[in-house]
Amino acid sequence: MSTDRIVGIDLGTTNSLVAFMQGESPVVIPGDDGSNLVPSVVALDSNDQPVVGNAARDSLIETPERAVYSIKRLMGRGIDDIQEELKFFPFRLAEDLQAGEVLRIKLGDKTYTPPEISALILRQLKRNAERFFGAQVTKAVITVPAYFNDAQRQATKDAGRIAGLEVLRLVNEPTAASLAYGLDKKQNGIIAVYDLGGGTFDISVLKLHDGIFEVITTNGDTHLGGDDIDNLLIAIALDDIQGDLGLDLRRNAEAVQAIRKAVIEAKIALSSQPTIKLDVELPGGKRYLREITREQFEHLIQPIIDRTVGPCKQALKDAGLKPEQIDEVVLVGGSTRIPRVRTLVKELFHREPHTDLNPDEVVALGAAVQADILGGGSEATENMLLLDVTPLSLGIEVAGGVTDKIILRNSTIPASATQHYTTQIDGQANVAIHVLQGERELAKDCRSLARFDLKGIPPMAAGMARIEVKFLIDANGILHVSAREQRSGKESEIQVQPSYGLTDEQVEGMILDSFDSAEEDFRQRQVIEARNEAATILAALDKGKKSPAWGHLTTDEKKKIAKMEKALIAVKAEDDYQAIRKAIDDLNQGTTRLAELMMDSAVSTALKGKTMDEADMGEGPTAPHPVAKAEFE
Amino acid sequence: MKPPAVVGRIYSRGCFKAMTNLTAITAKHTPQETRSCWSCGAAGAVHFCEACGKVQRPAPVDYFTFFGLPRKLNLDVAALEKDFYELSRKLHPDLNARAGSEEQEWSLQQSSLLNDAYRTLKDPIKRTQYLLQLEGVELEEQSKSATEQARSTGQLKKQIVPPDLLEEVFELNMQLEELRMQKKMGEDDPALIEEIGRQKLELEEKQEALLSELKNLWQMWDGMIQREQNGQPVSDEERRMQRDKMVDLLNRRNYIRNLVRDVSAVLEN
Repeated sequence: MSTDRIVGIDLGTTNSLVAFMQGESPVVIPGDDGSNLVPSVVALDSNDQPVVGNAARDSLIETPERAVYSIKRLMGRGIDDIQEELKFFPFRLAEDLQAGEVLRIKLGDKTYTPPEISALILRQLKRNAERFFGAQVTKAVITVPAYFNDAQRQATKDAGRIAGLEVLRLVNEPTAASLAYGLDKKQNGIIAVYDLGGGTFDISVLKLHDGIFEVITTNGDTHLGGDDIDNLLIAIALDDIQGDLGLDLRRNAEAVQAIRKAVIEAKIALSSQPTIKLDVELPGGKRYLREITREQFEHLIQPIIDRTVGPCKQALKDAGLKPEQIDEVVLVGGSTRIPRVRTLVKELFHREPHTDLNPDEVVALGAAVQADILGGGSEATENMLLLDVTPLSLGIEVAGGVTDKIILRNSTIPASATQHYTTQIDGQANVAIHVLQGERELAKDCRSLARFDLKGIPPMAAGMARIEVKFLIDANGILHVSAREQRSGKESEIQVQPSYGLTDEQVEGMILDSFDSAEEDFRQRQVIEARNEAATILAALDKGKKSPAWGHLTTDEKKKIAKMEKALIAVKAEDDYQAIRKAIDDLNQGTTRLAELMMDSAVSTALKGKTMDEADMGEGPTAPHPVAKAEFE
Repeated sequence: MKPPAVVGRIYSRGCFKAMTNLTAITAKHTPQETRSCWSCGAAGAVHFCEACGKVQRPAPVDYFTFFGLPRKLNLDVAALEKDFYELSRKLHPDLNARAGSEEQEWSLQQSSLLNDAYRTLKDPIKRTQYLLQLEGVELEEQSKSATEQARSTGQLKKQIVPPDLLEEVFELNMQLEELRMQKKMGEDDPALIEEIGRQKLELEEKQEALLSELKNLWQMWDGMIQREQNGQPVSDEERRMQRDKMVDLLNRRNYIRNLVRDVSAVLEN
């Protein structure tokens, strides 16, 4: 039963959460530090082991070259796409990175692809859930920004697989939020979900109808969020520091992270206070002091939050709706706590937005609701069904570099389309098919999703071939394409391999890698612990030999013990922890009489027959060895 | 050497032609066959089994048939929406996530067919275009991408200018050109902008008028289909005439729509 439990995961730019449906209502599962939010930060500890969340956040300031945050910004993207991000984020790319390759980020001396880093975060959430349930968790619903393209979605799915999770569904974040919001309201009407998070912005317009949540339109910007506000404030602070103190700290990663921490705190405080004092300790004992009023802050961030206006207007226009026709507006994402953002939303939709649900948690809660629906539903989710749309049009490049759109944006998914194409040269045997995503007319302005060749078309005059291309967008918003030359029946099934995506083999390899290394880690730890134990018992034996009790043993007993001691010393040098444990047990057993002789009768009775058991139960390598512990320490 | 890209669509239609290749182009409406459920054997299963609720293997049918509708153009959109929601509750992959892999695949196909059909039929223009395609008409879609494509390949795009609009369009194009030039020079002529805005409004009114004209044509078409269903013969001649009237009207409408789009682009720029 519990092994079939499906969790809902919000894999956020800044924070990630895992939730599940507890009876009638979704709840967030806290981590072992008691916190519901797991910061989406990954760092390497001093043993080169990855740590995630609050533990990793500290190393952002102490060892910034061994930590990474906001990795979501790099999901499904290539090196050409991220030049802007590189100006503002301390992402350290692998030096040998080639154009067209999946990005690799350096943490210390190791490199990781963005899906692998996301997988580390997912694995932490998985562990949190497993600790909570006391059972394995293997199935999840993961949320993505509604405006994520195919490559970004695929990368998220890959991350799930690498983390050992079967991703049953990718759900759009604003839609998930509407599920959590609509759960107890069961009302009909049109709602708009305004979702401004750490790194992404989405606007979705939905029609609620007797439990059906039908998305009418969606729009957004996958690179707009609280991060942009932070980066602006950091840039201003760095300018100030250079101007006032003559210090150029742009290359000082520790100082930049200290400033980042301070401006984020200031940003948060300014949502509830009219003014805030920045006070950052700088290298060389100097301090950066500055007062910021809310008015100044609002003036500074206006250009950033104004970028949400265009997508909102477009979403309404595509839906054929006027702001007055929206019944409710729901706010999602931490950045919607900023009063100026709330005012903007109010101006846009002519109404007071809803803020009754925690904007940090509502997406994860909605993911848990969707997980419950996929798992067969419960009383609480009965009759609930989500009908989502594809955020971007899909098309194919045709002669002249023009995009021929074949599934338009805001089409309800799953959606399909079939088109027929022909060849342009006599005897053309291969046809190149270039799949695009985006709204622009020219192929070069759209996102290139995939290129594939339909090969082996029988020789025909130009224009004679009849190539049928089928597009299918599944319920995750992921595209599947197949093509067939109809006159010859030549078929070509294509797995759409995102231009900056991992291949299936690569993902498989990463899954194995993580399992292998988990096993290797476990083995190494066992070896180290067994050796420690061996050292303890050998030391105890040395002491025993010097004690009067030694003289009471028979020569035969002494010989046996010496043989076993030799055996243990020999295997202790090897890497086989099971052999070490066996030798420890043998010696343990062989020295029972010695131990008895050394102890008074009360203790010796207590220990009788116990030594073997305890060593065997493997209670943990740190569990004290009875002989050594009781007698000699 | 990289193989050349596809040259273009064989039929430059909209994006809503997914199922036509699967149906024989026949004028007659054929209700979708019912089968017995693959799982429980109950009779009368179409998209899903009424008895056990299981999704059935999808059949290659046109959109009208999918909803069990005759090929008529007057359509109760509210009833269509109701059917859409009801079928979604049975066919959507989310509600079949625990089924076997083949069933899940059928659910994906059935539900995408449902969504495609609903999207096409609920929209009056798309519905008409789709029906005309079923009737074997190849519509000249005067899309912007078709124009770009024609331009880049050096071909002259066939522009069907409705004769009654010729003079007006010529005048408007001159004014648009003037406004473009002005904008380039950073000048601003409120009178010209106002005049173009007025013409845009007129065009939009014309578009509306064409839509109600189209609805009259629907009546005639549906009447003809009804007669046919009642067993009265309908001549090919009549059928073609009805069809051509709608084609002509759609072309006029497309032309005006593109014009409005161009005007908006210049005004907003």
